[in-house]
Amino acid sequence: MKKEINFILNGADVSVTTEAHKRLIDVLRGPLGLTGTKEGCGEGECGACTVIVDGRAVNSCLYPAFEIEGKSVTTIEGLQGIGDRLSVIQEAFVENGGIQCGFCTPGMILSAKALLDSNPDPTEEEIRGALVGNLCRCTGYVQIIESVKAAAAALKSE
Amino acid sequence: MTNNKKTNADFRYIGKDVPRPEAPDKAAGKAIYIHDFQRPGMLYGKVKFSEHAHARILNIDTSRAEKLPGVKAVLTAYNTPEMRIGFMRDNFALKKDRVRQFRDEVAAVAAVDPDIAAEAIDLIRVEYEPLPGVFTLREAMAQGAPLVHEFDPGGKPREDNKLPLRFFHQSGDLEAGKKASKHIVEGQFSTQLIQQSCMGTAGCIAEFDMNNNLTMWTKTQIPFLAQRDFIGVLPVLGLREKNVRVIVPTLGGGFGTGLDTHAYEYISILLAFQTGRPVKIVYTRDEEFADLSPRQSARVKIVQGCEKNGKLTFRHVEVVQDNGAYTSWGATYPSVMMLPATSLYKVSNVYFNADLYYTNNTYCQAMRGYGNPELNWALENNMDELAEAAGIDPFDFRMINCNEPGEITPMGLKVGTCGLKECMETVAGKLDWKNSRSQGKCRGVGMASLFHVGGGGRIYRSDGSGLILKLDDFGNVYAYYGGVEMGQGLHSVLTLAIAESLGVRPEKVFINQTDTGTCPWDVGTHASRGAFMSCNAAIMAASDLREKIFKYAETLFPEGTAKNLKKFQKKNPGYTPPDFDIKQAAVRDGFDLKDGYVFIKDAPAEPWLRMELGSLLRAIHFREQGTMLATDVFYDPPNELPDWDKGKGNMSATYAYGTQGVEVEVDTETGEVKILRMVAAHDVGKVLNPLALKGQMYGALAQGIGYALYEQVLSEEGRIMNPNFRDYKIPTFFEMDFPIELEFIETDDGFGPFGAKGVGEPGLVPTAPAIANAIYNAVGIRIRDLPITPEKVLEALKKKI
Repeated sequence: MKKEINFILNGADVSVTTEAHKRLIDVLRGPLGLTGTKEGCGEGECGACTVIVDGRAVNSCLYPAFEIEGKSVTTIEGLQGIGDRLSVIQEAFVENGGIQCGFCTPGMILSAKALLDSNPDPTEEEIRGALVGNLCRCTGYVQIIESVKAAAAALKSE
Repeated sequence: MTNNKKTNADFRYIGKDVPRPEAPDKAAGKAIYIHDFQRPGMLYGKVKFSEHAHARILNIDTSRAEKLPGVKAVLTAYNTPEMRIGFMRDNFALKKDRVRQFRDEVAAVAAVDPDIAAEAIDLIRVEYEPLPGVFTLREAMAQGAPLVHEFDPGGKPREDNKLPLRFFHQSGDLEAGKKASKHIVEGQFSTQLIQQSCMGTAGCIAEFDMNNNLTMWTKTQIPFLAQRDFIGVLPVLGLREKNVRVIVPTLGGGFGTGLDTHAYEYISILLAFQTGRPVKIVYTRDEEFADLSPRQSARVKIVQGCEKNGKLTFRHVEVVQDNGAYTSWGATYPSVMMLPATSLYKVSNVYFNADLYYTNNTYCQAMRGYGNPELNWALENNMDELAEAAGIDPFDFRMINCNEPGEITPMGLKVGTCGLKECMETVAGKLDWKNSRSQGKCRGVGMASLFHVGGGGRIYRSDGSGLILKLDDFGNVYAYYGGVEMGQGLHSVLTLAIAESLGVRPEKVFINQTDTGTCPWDVGTHASRGAFMSCNAAIMAASDLREKIFKYAETLFPEGTAKNLKKFQKKNPGYTPPDFDIKQAAVRDGFDLKDGYVFIKDAPAEPWLRMELGSLLRAIHFREQGTMLATDVFYDPPNELPDWDKGKGNMSATYAYGTQGVEVEVDTETGEVKILRMVAAHDVGKVLNPLALKGQMYGALAQGIGYALYEQVLSEEGRIMNPNFRDYKIPTFFEMDFPIELEFIETDDGFGPFGAKGVGEPGLVPTAPAIANAIYNAVGIRIRDLPITPEKVLEALKKKI
C-alpha cells in the first residue's frame, strides 16, 4: 500500500510517498536522501539510526514511516547552523575526541541533544542512562562522556 | 648514550591535542560510508547462504527467483565460472556440489532494489544431502574424521583435516631448562570466537567500465592486496590484462575485518559482470554476525619453569586452532603468537608450535592483536601461577624477568627501546600494588603485560608504504597515501606529521581518499603500522620537498622579498630595512619553512623578509621553464621477513610494550565480576596526538573487557546462535562505568617517526589476563577459558568450597 505522508523535517514541511512496510530510516535515507542517519543493526539494538521525533530520541529503524505523519523530525543534517557550521554539541564531540570511525556519531549526537534539550545539566549517570542505547565499538565511551559534559557546559555559557 | 630526546617544546604540532581532521564531517553526517554510496544504474546484490554445515548440493532451483520482476541476475556455481579465492586457494566465490559451513554462498541475485533482492533469495530452493561434520578440534583431529576438504587445491587427496601451515620455533635447550627449574607450572587455556562488531557492516560496489576494467568501492584495510586478488580472478571471466581500481570509502570500523578479500566481493564482481551494471552488496547485522569471519579461537597449552629466585628457565607453548572451513589470512595468527611466546619476558629456552585444523564451523579471520591476545591470555595467567608456585609476588616475578632495551630475543627480535619496566612500575604504583593485593571483601588486583610489533610487521614480501605529496599554487599540500583511515586516527597523525616535518599549518594538508588509482602502494593497515609507516614516509617526503623548495628559493626568494619590501615601504613610509645581504644569505641550507612561510634562518625577523609558501610556489610555476613541486617516496622499514621454518627473524623495526592493571570485586552470590578501576601504561615511543591516542587506548581496553567477560560467538553444530546485539553483548555505557587511568611511557624510539611506535592493537592484548589475575587475587579462582562469565565464576567458586 502506498501513501503520501506529511511531516516536519529539520524545521521544514515535507511530503513523501512511501509504502506500509517502510520504516522512518528508509524514507530518510531513500527518497529524502539524508544519509547522515546510519543503519547499524535494523533491530533497535545499536542506536546508530537515532533521530529526534517530537523531542524524543527514537530508533528510526523501528519507527514505521506511516506513523511519522504530522510529527516533527530532527536528523543530524538538521543540527548545522548558518554556513554549515557545526552546532555546539557536534563541536564538542569533535574537540573532545568523541568521534573515531564516526558511524555511531550521528545517533550518539542526537541522543545527546535530546538529553541536553530536556536536562541541560545532567550528571554522568544521567548521560550514561540517556546514551546507553547507542553502541560504539571504537571509543570505549570515555571521550563521548567527556564530549557530552563539554557540550552541556558550552550550552550553559551560551 | 647522549640524550637528544625532543620535548614537545621542540615540536609545533606533534604531541599536542589536535582534533581529527575528518571528525567535523563525521559529526555532520556528511562522511560517505559504503552504505551511503550510490552509482547510476546500480543494482542491489544479495547472497543465498547454506542451510547446512556440511552437505552435498543436489539441486538448486532458481526458476522462481529468475521470474521475479526487478531481478536482473541469479547466479550459482553452475552458471558461472569457478572462482577460487583465499591465499590457500581453498575457497570459492560460489560453492558447487558441496557446502562446508553454514554461511557457504550457494547463490546470489542482483535486483533493482534491496527488497526485491531479498524476496528473490527467499524464492531460491536448494536441495541438500546432509553429511556428517566436524565441529570441535577433537572431532577434526580424530582418526578417520570426516574430511572438510577431500582434496587440496592442487587436486591431491587429503588425509586429514590439518592445515598445511607450519609455525614452529625452538631455541636453547629445553631439557636443560627443565632441569634447572625449581618450579614448573603447566596450564591449558582457551579463547573464544568473537565478532569484530564494526558499527558499519561490510559491503562493496563492483562496477565495470566499457573497457572491462573494474572499479571496486569496498570496505577494506588492504586496498593493494585486494587489487591483486581481484585482478587475479578476472581471467576466469575471460578478462585478461584488465585493471582493477580499489577505492576505499569512509570505514565504519575495521578491527581486522578488512584484512582479506571476501566471497561477497567476488560475488558482486560476478553479478556486475553478468548484468553490466554496478552491483552493491552490503551485509545486514545478522549477516555480519553469521556470515562474516569472526576472530579465531585458540587452545593453548603452556609450561614454564623458573629457578628458586624466580628467573625463567624455559617456556613450552603448543597451540591448536579451529580454523573453520576455509582459510583467510587470519590463519597466520600463530606468526604473531610466536612474538610474545618467544619474547615477552626474558627466557632463553623456548619451544613453540601451532597447528590449525579445518572444521565445519564458520571460518575465521583477523582481529586487533592478531594472535597476541590468545597467546597472552595463556602466558600471563601462567606467569601468575608460576609466581605463586615460587612464592614470589607476581609484580616482583615479572620484574625479575623484565625485558630490557637492546636485548635480542630467542626469535631474533631486536629490541631497541623498551619501557616495560616503567610500564609495570607505573601500574603497580597507581594501583598501590602491595596494599591492594588480597585486600579481602572479594576484592583484588591483577596485572598483565604485553609485547607487540611497533615498527611495521613484515609478514609479506614488502612491508612498505608509499606517500605522494603534491603542492598547489596556494601552498596547499595534498597527500596520497595507500593506508586506510578506519576510525583509528591515521589521518590525524599523518596530517600532523606532514605539517610538522614540512613546515605548514595542518589546515593546509589534505589527505586524498585511499584509492589504488592515485595512491602509491601500501601493504595494508594492520599490525599497528599505520602511524609508524605513514609518519616515517611523511618525514622522508617532507625532507625531499623542502630541498626542492629551497633550491628554487635561492633565485626566487631575493626577487620575492624585494617585492614584499616595496609594498611594505609604501605602507610604512620612512622605513629603513636592516643591513642584510639577502642574495648572499639565500642559499639552500640557509632557508627554513615554518607555518607556511619560507625564510632565511639567520635573517632579522622583518615582516617582509619571508615568503608565503603559495607565493613562492606561484613564482616557481608561472615563469619560463616553470614547474610544479611534488614528491613520491616509499618507506620500507628496517625489518626482516622471518624464516618460518626456523621461526626466526626481526619482524618489526621496533616493539611496543605495555602493562595493564585492574582492581575487581567478585560477587560470590551471582558470579559477577565488577571492574572497579583500570590502569594502563604503554610504551608508545612518543605521543603524536594525545587526544587520538587516548581514544585508541580506551577503545582497545573496552574491546579487551568484552573479550574477557562476556563476548562470545555461540556456535552449535556450525550454526551461529547469537547473530545480533541482543544476544551478543559488546560493552555499553553501563559496563564502561569505572575510572581508567592511562599513562604513556615515551622511550623515543630511534626508528619511530618523532620517536613513536605503533599502538593500535596493544590496548586489547593484556586486558583479559589482567582481569583473570585480579579475580584470582580477589577470590582464589582461576578461569582458564574465555569469556569469564558469571556461570563459570560460580562453578569455580563452588568447586573451591
